[in-house]
Amino acid sequence: MRLIERPGRWLIILPPLLFLIVFFLIPFAFAFKISLAETAPRVPPFTDILTHTADHHWHLSISLGNYRYLLTDEVYGYAYLYSLRTAFFSTLICLALGYPMAYAISRASKSTQSILLLIIILPFWTSFLLRVYALEGIIRDNGIINILLLRWGIISHPIQIMRTSLAVYLGIIYSYLPFMVLPLFATLEKLDGTLLEAAADLGSPPWRAFLDVTLPQSLPGVIAGSMLVFIPAVGEFVIPSLLGGPDNLMIGRVLWDEFFGNHDWPVASAVAIAFLFLLAGPIALYQYYHVKQLEA
Amino acid sequence: MERRFSPVLFCALSFGIAVLYIPILVLIAYSFNASPLVSLWGGFTTEWYTKLIHNRQVLEAALLSLEVAVCASTVAVMLGTLAAISLVRFTRFPGRLLLTGMVNAPLVMPEVITGITQLLLFVSMLQMLSWPHRGFTTIVIAHVAFCSAYVTVTVQSRLQTADRSLEEAAMDLGSSPARAFLEITLPIIAPALISSWLLSFTLSLDDLVISSFVSGPGASTLPMVIYSKVKLGVSPDVNALASLIICLVGGCVIGAGILMRRAERQRLLEVQQAERG
Repeated sequence: MRLIERPGRWLIILPPLLFLIVFFLIPFAFAFKISLAETAPRVPPFTDILTHTADHHWHLSISLGNYRYLLTDEVYGYAYLYSLRTAFFSTLICLALGYPMAYAISRASKSTQSILLLIIILPFWTSFLLRVYALEGIIRDNGIINILLLRWGIISHPIQIMRTSLAVYLGIIYSYLPFMVLPLFATLEKLDGTLLEAAADLGSPPWRAFLDVTLPQSLPGVIAGSMLVFIPAVGEFVIPSLLGGPDNLMIGRVLWDEFFGNHDWPVASAVAIAFLFLLAGPIALYQYYHVKQLEA
Repeated sequence: MERRFSPVLFCALSFGIAVLYIPILVLIAYSFNASPLVSLWGGFTTEWYTKLIHNRQVLEAALLSLEVAVCASTVAVMLGTLAAISLVRFTRFPGRLLLTGMVNAPLVMPEVITGITQLLLFVSMLQMLSWPHRGFTTIVIAHVAFCSAYVTVTVQSRLQTADRSLEEAAMDLGSSPARAFLEITLPIIAPALISSWLLSFTLSLDDLVISSFVSGPGASTLPMVIYSKVKLGVSPDVNALASLIICLVGGCVIGAGILMRRAERQRLLEVQQAERG
């Protein structure tokens, strides 16, 4: 434990701490500052909050107009609700799909386990953007699903999946499934098998043992996996932009359009800050369980 | 635990894996389709791949992305490892909670939020300090920030399981803490360092949203070029490009996985022999 007493430890702690404070934490302060400014036709395109007037006075001009605008314009409320709903149901479906998968992997032999894990992780390593694009090839009007269904005579004309909510759901589930399986596997793997045996010995049917023993013990994994899917899915941009239609307004897409389309940086900042407040609860929940799991 | 692999579980697992892989396989098949119309199979061709090699825009973007990914993942591994050491080895220091929060938040933070906040920082810094100009530098910094989070988590879990008694023994024998760490613990966590470098590399190579926000005019990374091509409509050379990237990255990951497993087995074997000898 001698390491701990040395002042030299700050050589180890400070570089990452300072880097993250400057480039991850402080940016939020700037976003907050600019969300209180107004747009201006100049570079960068917003007004100064604090100006130094000619007669040597500091002039503070704060505008809450951007936040008021978020509350009054229906688009934002709609987009927030639509994003939350889409992310919530996608997370549930991922959980329903991912839990049996993680459970099956945790039951496999050690050598099969590592191969199965590699199979699950591999899509996570390959490009997210390209996988969303690959999905488009399946669900397009002339994609493989419609071609097969038409050929088999199940449908008479192509069903439209692209540019609907269904496409956004499929996209999120497809892209985020590995994020659900991995944390679930991590907790299911550590599951104490003797408890299940004890339950069986005491006459508990397997489904009962599952509900009473396995499920409660895997709860940290359920929460970590759900948050890993839910939080990024709420802010998803690529999926609604490439697969969704004009109605599938998710908040990430609204922010993007506000920034790149309308060049309204202050409103985009206000969207980001308001969004962050909405996500603060889920992020804190994730942190709590994640840290507990890491330090267990 | 008995290996009771019920048919239900087997079906669930196979279905899940099929869902993950079918779109990728279809995409690769399309990339060899001679017909530019996606619905028709016009025979086998490698025409789209040849077209790709002559596309300057794609090549320049690919080069920029590779440069960014190499720089960002190297710095991220250094910073992330330091953060992991701090969190695992120093149980109490001012700012520990803050550091814990900051290394875990980027894992779930929606990219649009990270992207816009970092852009606003860079713009304000440019006004005050005349640095950094938007482009290569800002993309690298932004990528380091989120990649180092993944590095920290990976190295942290490895470091937690590392046996400290050897390091303590070395220090008892007069080795300095730094030397004990470098000679004993570093080789143990080396696989985690390699895999987190690879992970950072692929994450950086893949990032669209954050790069789009923080990059300036003229600096387009590969995902930015792909996104704008896809937005314009289906072009068969994107299929070829996508297949190429997926196979390259997949091959590297599988290769690295095999190498690391072999090294790990070798190490365990040596440990066993040392214990016996």
